[in-house]
Amino acid sequence: MLEHALRGDKRYWSWVIALMAVMGAGVLFYLRQYNVGLGITGLGRDITWGFYIAQFTFMVGVAASAVMVVLPYYLHNYKAFGKITILGEFVAIGSVIVCMTFIFVDMGQPFRIVNVFLYPTPHSMMFWDTVALGGYLVLNIIISHVTLGAERKSIAPPTWIKPIIILSIPWAISIHTVTAFLYAGLAARPFWMTAILAPRFLASAFSAGPALLILVCFILRRFTKFDAGREPIQKVAQIVTYAMAVNLFFVGMEFFTVLYSNIPEHMSHFQYLFLGLEGADNLVPWMWVSVILGIVSLGMLTVPETRQNDQTLILACVMLFVSLWIDKGLGLIIAGFIPNPLHHVVDYVPTIPELGISFAIYAMGLLIITGLYKIALSVRKQLG
Amino acid sequence: MSVERRKFLKLAGLTAIGVAGGLSAKALAQEAGLVDTAAATVGDTAETPSSPLRAKRWAMVIDVKKCREAGNCTECQKACHLVHNVPEFDNPKDEVKWIWREPFGNAFHDQEHEHLPEDVKHTMTPVLCNHCDNPPCVRVCPTQATWKREQDGIVMMDWHRCIGCRYCVAACPYGSRSFNWRDPRPHIKKIQADFPTRTRGVVEKCTFCEERLVRGQLPACVTACKAGAMKIGDLEDPDSEVRKLLAERFSVRRKPALGTQPEVYYVL
Repeated sequence: MLEHALRGDKRYWSWVIALMAVMGAGVLFYLRQYNVGLGITGLGRDITWGFYIAQFTFMVGVAASAVMVVLPYYLHNYKAFGKITILGEFVAIGSVIVCMTFIFVDMGQPFRIVNVFLYPTPHSMMFWDTVALGGYLVLNIIISHVTLGAERKSIAPPTWIKPIIILSIPWAISIHTVTAFLYAGLAARPFWMTAILAPRFLASAFSAGPALLILVCFILRRFTKFDAGREPIQKVAQIVTYAMAVNLFFVGMEFFTVLYSNIPEHMSHFQYLFLGLEGADNLVPWMWVSVILGIVSLGMLTVPETRQNDQTLILACVMLFVSLWIDKGLGLIIAGFIPNPLHHVVDYVPTIPELGISFAIYAMGLLIITGLYKIALSVRKQLG
Repeated sequence: MSVERRKFLKLAGLTAIGVAGGLSAKALAQEAGLVDTAAATVGDTAETPSSPLRAKRWAMVIDVKKCREAGNCTECQKACHLVHNVPEFDNPKDEVKWIWREPFGNAFHDQEHEHLPEDVKHTMTPVLCNHCDNPPCVRVCPTQATWKREQDGIVMMDWHRCIGCRYCVAACPYGSRSFNWRDPRPHIKKIQADFPTRTRGVVEKCTFCEERLVRGQLPACVTACKAGAMKIGDLEDPDSEVRKLLAERFSVRRKPALGTQPEVYYVL
């Protein structure tokens, strides 16, 4: 089936080459980071995790969100998702690979990463996250390969794949739960020490990921012959609406607990994000934009007229995705480190090499998804 | 890896260095003015044969009042950073620190209030790894590159196994762990031949000078402190100096509510 990814028109190849150019630039930046060390990033003694780990965290959510189409289709036999389930699974594959690459580039000694497997450490959440992410990648590769293979031959998928598909549902929940546990168990970082972190992660994932899938469907409709159809898109839009409502509710819970209890150690991180702390305020405008986009997009999705109109639906999905990206991909990780455990306030800005490497990883993810989509859509085209 | 195997590898390594020309290399380097014998600067020499200092549970008591009276000097930091080849960077971003000084309000944020005596407010408190009984850094490390030694409670660090994920740094409530953001070697003023330097991309921290204890020497900071403000001893021995100090004077620990059971005590 791979040959389908190697045949395409001029537009397809220009897109592929553009992505590869971004990746090439990223490789050059990474070689520099590899030779000099992580010192070329904006990270330092006080802020030890930043843009890379934040992107990893956000993309785990995008990966987990595939379950929002897999579950209704396979568990509830919701036929309308038949055309887009494989698209969700392919987004998951691309996202998990993106996640793993972000972890890889964040390592001080990247080639020692095998030590995680040589000395398995059950008391480390990072070990379990590796297991969860790796397993989820394998599950999605098997499932999409087998189901698409069956589709190509116009036969029903083998029965043995069904339990694997069912297993992939709780597994998707687990990848984002365990990722939340990476942070939520740290007494040193009060900002993350909240029992609602895993539920928050899931709610934001189940809104941001499906919103992305809606946008992908519109992009495919515009640039290819593939049309997902109105019903599945509208159904996914409802899922996005409910998940976003739950997400904003959870965020409100955080605000209440922190502001009403008035514990300075917990409040200072929120102060940093929304008001600025001791002159450090790099994220303040971003966070307010995130809040406004989040609320407005939820409003647009809740009102049936704006949800059912393609143009306003696209706008709402873009706003929602940006809002949640700022929340998780910028604010969440960095604010955990500001102020630091010694109550020093140091601000953080990612550097050009750091951003270059990050863009390249995203380009790689897009390339993987492009290739996989090309295969799926070519198979379907042949079937007519 | 078991404690025995680590011990064996370390002994084997030390022997190899000693036998295979480590000493002559040091002599050559000394001649070239590149290195300095670390131990000489802290009052005793590495070559003095002595029986190892042992304890069931190593702990430290720091008399902050003495620090204050000594004018908040930096002798402990200088000695520690010298003997352990801790690099010095111009910018705080890349800094590596094993022991350093913090204003009282930063070291004891939850103990600070505006009506504290002025001198307490302005005391620079030495801070270092607390060698917790319940260390969060050990709990989170995915490769067991950091672990608590069973025989004496010292929290150790294996620079050869560390993958540089910095999870331990995120988990340490005391900010006591440092990461090598850049190659440290060009930033070491005088390389000490009897202690390893680190590579970029690994985490490091204070180890209570376990390499000196095993040679029968007190930690470099304790030896270097002219005011006698730092004491190390066996917490499980009722007659030890640290236990006597803790029995006589009121002491505090950093962030006790987190349950990490830090084993560095401060008398004010």
